[in-house]
Amino acid sequence: MKKILRRRGRAGRGQPDDLWIKCRKCGHMSYRREFVVSLKVCQKCGLHERLTAHERLEMLVDSMDGFQQIAPDMVSTDPLGFVRGNLTYDDHLERYRDSTGLREAVICGLGTMEGRPVSIAVIDFRFLGASMGSVVGEKITLAIELATERRLPLVIVSCSGGARMQEGMLSLMQMAKTSAALSRFHAASLCYLSVMTDPTLAGVTASFASLADVVIAEPGATVGFTGRRLIEQIVKQKLPENAQSAEFMQEHGMIDLVVERRALRGMIIKLFDIFVGPDERSDRVNEVEEIQVKIRPAASTTKT
Amino acid sequence: MAVLSFEKDLDKLRGEIDKVKESGTSDGGSDGRLADLEDKLEQSTLQVFSALSAWDRVQLARHPDRPHTLDYIDHIFSDFIELHGDRRFGDDAAIVGGPAKFDGQRVMVVGHQKGRGTRDSVKRNFGMASPEGFRKGLRLMRQAEKFGLPVITFVDIPGASPVLEAEERGQAWAIADNLLGMIELRVPIIVAVTGEGGSGGALALGIGDRVLIQEYGVYSVASPEGCASIVWRDHKFAPEAAEALKLTPTDLLKLGVVDRIVREPLGGAHRDYAKAAEILAEDIAEELNAVTKISTDELIAGRYRKYRAMGRDVVDNLATDESNAEPRPKVREGKSR
Repeated sequence: MKKILRRRGRAGRGQPDDLWIKCRKCGHMSYRREFVVSLKVCQKCGLHERLTAHERLEMLVDSMDGFQQIAPDMVSTDPLGFVRGNLTYDDHLERYRDSTGLREAVICGLGTMEGRPVSIAVIDFRFLGASMGSVVGEKITLAIELATERRLPLVIVSCSGGARMQEGMLSLMQMAKTSAALSRFHAASLCYLSVMTDPTLAGVTASFASLADVVIAEPGATVGFTGRRLIEQIVKQKLPENAQSAEFMQEHGMIDLVVERRALRGMIIKLFDIFVGPDERSDRVNEVEEIQVKIRPAASTTKT
Repeated sequence: MAVLSFEKDLDKLRGEIDKVKESGTSDGGSDGRLADLEDKLEQSTLQVFSALSAWDRVQLARHPDRPHTLDYIDHIFSDFIELHGDRRFGDDAAIVGGPAKFDGQRVMVVGHQKGRGTRDSVKRNFGMASPEGFRKGLRLMRQAEKFGLPVITFVDIPGASPVLEAEERGQAWAIADNLLGMIELRVPIIVAVTGEGGSGGALALGIGDRVLIQEYGVYSVASPEGCASIVWRDHKFAPEAAEALKLTPTDLLKLGVVDRIVREPLGGAHRDYAKAAEILAEDIAEELNAVTKISTDELIAGRYRKYRAMGRDVVDNLATDESNAEPRPKVREGKSR
């Protein structure tokens, strides 16, 4: 019961009927409207509050109307028959589907940025800690493959607690699968920008999130392999507060750019302009039309 | 020799056998009793080892006396020359490797190395490899590619080193680079999981054309303790987690994560290094012969297909990738409610 209350409380933070938003780092109170205008960045301490996948996509693409999802209905089965106490993995998934309205932890698709068609994947931390199981791995792979086939640039906005325990070794193998897809993508001389948001850890960092042409992180995001709690347990001392922050990892040579949220879209567009070159817009617009036509009927067949 | 809880009765029997052997050398009458005891030991061992729980198997895979990579190299390979360093920062003793001969054939061997005894274990960080180790491994594999040598890797790691220094030097980046590097490597790769296949650190040496696992090895997305503290919020549920994770060789074969189970001597590899090594060598030789017959292009394509397919048949509603002409059957239906 206590857990349910806590969960409600957590989900309740940020409901549309709350007038005030309290920063979870500095406690600064801001008007909801202000907070939304500032893209959920605390005006006082600069904390970049986590975004939902939809919020992130809205921030990045030209228009959500033109955004075409890849495999929006894909869900995981329960390959291991994983049970904790009385709770099956299916139950667990359903609980998260209900609480988030998402089918899984990642949304992938094709959108345009300044008119340039881009394959985009965005991971949502609310869905089971954005852990990577077979669906996340498969959808990320499909986004990479579509980019490879259409010769489109790729953006993946990551966050993750790591591999999804409930799918066992199949989750670990998603690291291999996504890396394999990126191998072909890079061999085709295409451009991939990785954006690490809070927190990006373990199997996701140790596969597709770090295998990019440019690695970007949001200010203050936790980025690394082993989570802080485990490191502290093992070395039996507290880590410095900034350890594994985006800035710390940049200092150690692991991240190219730490970019504030309001500058992110502009930075991505600029990097694509330089690495990919000017987009032959008229051709590309036609190409998007073509992809849209192909994706729509396929997506609708899954509902029957 | 360390004795696990379920090995205790067997150990007692072994003690009795030793006693009989010692006292009975001059007394012909003890031969019968010795044979009885040895028979009893074999029967009991068979009984104990046919009823192992997943958690028992984890203990066996971690057995301090279990042969490690260098032991197998000793038994299986000749002319092994250990090469050192990642050419960037240091030399990680938790990963060893170098060129060697296997069955007369020139190969590159790379493997995780746990220590034996306190000093060696500390030196090798209990097998928990650092970024330098993974980078050394990849360097050696690229060297193998240059000289056209097949790669044989041994996987036996509790998990990649979980300390801040490893983070600072890019633990995640090193592992990711190995995944990409091994997918692309243009020589055959045979992987043998000989002990603990612990998460990303295992996979960083674990991508291959054929993946073998020894009978009492395990391979897992996280340690059972780690999984228990994430899912059960208490590491004491490790035995339950071990069961749920499906980390045993038979389960892994069903999931398509490994290709072959390598038999071990009765009572586990730690009972008979030579025999364990002999069986392992035979199986590696067979797989190696098979993959060396495949053209390089087909080998790389086959490796890609193998990893591309991982987990594909456990997702539903796969319909929107219009570019792929292959039909994708829904193998499993989600539980209807």
